[in-house]
Amino acid sequence: MSNKDAYWNKTKNHMIVTLVLWAFFSLVIFMFGSELNTMSFLGYPLAYYMTAQGSLLAFVIILFWTANKQEKIDEEHGFSEREDD
Amino acid sequence: MFKGDFIQNLPKIYGTYTGGFLVFIILMAIAEQAGVSAKNIGVMFVAFTVLIYALIGYLSRTIQVDAYYVAGRQVPTVFNGMATAADWMSGASFVALAGGVYYGGYTYMAFLVGWTGGYVLVATLMAPYLRKFGCYTVPDFIGTRYGGNLVRACSVFVLFIASFTYVTAQINATGTIASRALGIPFEAGVWVGLISILICSMLGGMRAVTWTQVAQYIVLIVAYLIPVFWISNKVGGGVFPHLMLGDEVARLGELEQQFGLVKNSAADMKAAGVPGGLKYISGTHSGVPEGGMAVWKYLSLAICMMVGTASLPHILMRYFTTPTVRAARKSVAWSLFFIFLLYSSAPMLATLSKLALMDPNLPTGIIGKSISEVQSIEWVQRWSEVKQVFIADFNGDGILQLNEWFMRGDVVVLATPEVAGLPFVISGLVFAGGMAAAMSTADGLVLAISNALSHDIYYKIIDPKADTAKRLLVARVLLVLIGAAGAYIASFRLTSILGSVAWAFDFAMSGLFFPLVLGVWWKRATRAGAIAGIVTGILSGLFYLLWVYPKFSVPIFGGVNEPFLGIDHLRFGLIGAPICLVVMVVVSLMTKEPSPATQKMVDDTRIPTGKAILGKQH
Repeated sequence: MSNKDAYWNKTKNHMIVTLVLWAFFSLVIFMFGSELNTMSFLGYPLAYYMTAQGSLLAFVIILFWTANKQEKIDEEHGFSEREDD
Repeated sequence: MFKGDFIQNLPKIYGTYTGGFLVFIILMAIAEQAGVSAKNIGVMFVAFTVLIYALIGYLSRTIQVDAYYVAGRQVPTVFNGMATAADWMSGASFVALAGGVYYGGYTYMAFLVGWTGGYVLVATLMAPYLRKFGCYTVPDFIGTRYGGNLVRACSVFVLFIASFTYVTAQINATGTIASRALGIPFEAGVWVGLISILICSMLGGMRAVTWTQVAQYIVLIVAYLIPVFWISNKVGGGVFPHLMLGDEVARLGELEQQFGLVKNSAADMKAAGVPGGLKYISGTHSGVPEGGMAVWKYLSLAICMMVGTASLPHILMRYFTTPTVRAARKSVAWSLFFIFLLYSSAPMLATLSKLALMDPNLPTGIIGKSISEVQSIEWVQRWSEVKQVFIADFNGDGILQLNEWFMRGDVVVLATPEVAGLPFVISGLVFAGGMAAAMSTADGLVLAISNALSHDIYYKIIDPKADTAKRLLVARVLLVLIGAAGAYIASFRLTSILGSVAWAFDFAMSGLFFPLVLGVWWKRATRAGAIAGIVTGILSGLFYLLWVYPKFSVPIFGGVNEPFLGIDHLRFGLIGAPICLVVMVVVSLMTKEPSPATQKMVDDTRIPTGKAILGKQH
């Protein structure tokens, strides 16, 4: 397998992991909204908290994490760009 | 004062600008104390900020194609994040979001999740690859990847429908805010808004829009956060409302029990003469509706908004402006961070605003008081005059019940500072913020449309030999025409702001999402597949919208149709996008696989290093 193919396989797997996390915070937890709302976090009902703030924060964290991880994959395969930004 | 070039000095320049803006706010506060009228303070806020944007737009003028289309691809990561956040957060986000949460509660907050979660799709599936490709516009990618003028024209068509739906709503919002702040009629406000938008974008294209959007982001975030924190401290919500409103949310639950959530009949409301667009509280603040259909309603709306986000050309094109692929990825993360600052504050503002009106223990509370007393409050009088609030004593007891208080959603943002007794300077600041939000989005949209028409239709299809001067002239003429058409339609006030904003997402998702994703992630996708997918996707989505939305279906189909599986007019992308996907895959598999040259192009797109597919100038 060429370096390019190996790189793309890793990138694809990384994409899938990211989208699983995304689906968990955007869809899965809200399938159980009324159950979650009986619990509380910071004094807020949990489902209310997640839709008002929690999931949004999770997306921000996922995005920084995923960009850093992808940069590591770039480096491993020698596809890292020059430091010019 | 500044050494080095413009880009290196950005932090200093915008730091100075932010400091200057804060000084301006303080000066206005002093002016208010000195007796300058509230109206004049509003006028000065809007005029001063719009003049600054116009100045930035003028200073960023350019005669180079790549500066006009992609800001010379030198916008640093964090600044591009701010510009995208301003591009993204529309007048609707700024003015109507908190009101939506105020009335819609949990169910409405599917919009919050949808309008943020979509960025994960942008970052993983689209932005870095489109940046590597080196295109000027979204149809430029589709036209080059699949090859041919027909597929290019089809994608321009989808872009036009989606962005134009959106832009009329934005110019409408600009007009509303300009008319209220400057005290001029709505129709005049629309044209004032349009001229401000054009000054910012016409001379410098994407470069000018980028630097004005950064300036607009700073104004809008300051204008949103200062009132939220101030009100929270004023009504005892805590120093940091985002983490400390748990008790207030619980208290709202008690108050809902105490006052009772009553539904008014349409006949009662009509008899009392409640003006259109005004709402009353009839749902719980933090409760989750039970049942499978309620869950599906929430999820389906979130899906449409997320997938739509990842297909909207005016957002995707912001990531064409970063210096590298890596910067494009990081820039998506920064964009969402800057968006998060506002979006996570909207529910807090809704909570505080509701509590301020409902809690009888607070001096601002009005529910449960006598109606004559409430009607003598100054802000109630002022907003009643412009038909933004209304009182109907249904049970005739002279006491204001929860279901007897009507208010427009926008009032939550525009009037809560006044309700909580903040000085008027804060209301002026909110006007400036709303104007910044509506203008920045309208700028991005008008530019997305006119760039697609000038680059993809005029230059790539009609006149490929045109020189730079002619291309930029055409681009500017189209910009003015598109803006004027948007303002003309907006001046008729066809739909409420949010109805049509959601449609833009559904249109974009129906016709662009899968052609973009598969263009990168599936080498086997062919030109015929893309054309068939785009056409069937957008047409089936459009047809379903006409069929399901009563205002269209009654004249066209002669009746009201029950939504299929709960897919109403806000969610019609769930019809268009799957049809687009299936047709595109089937037709691609039926046609011959793409040429080796095209396959190599896809391979190169997937790797961050190496030359862009399309050259610096094309």
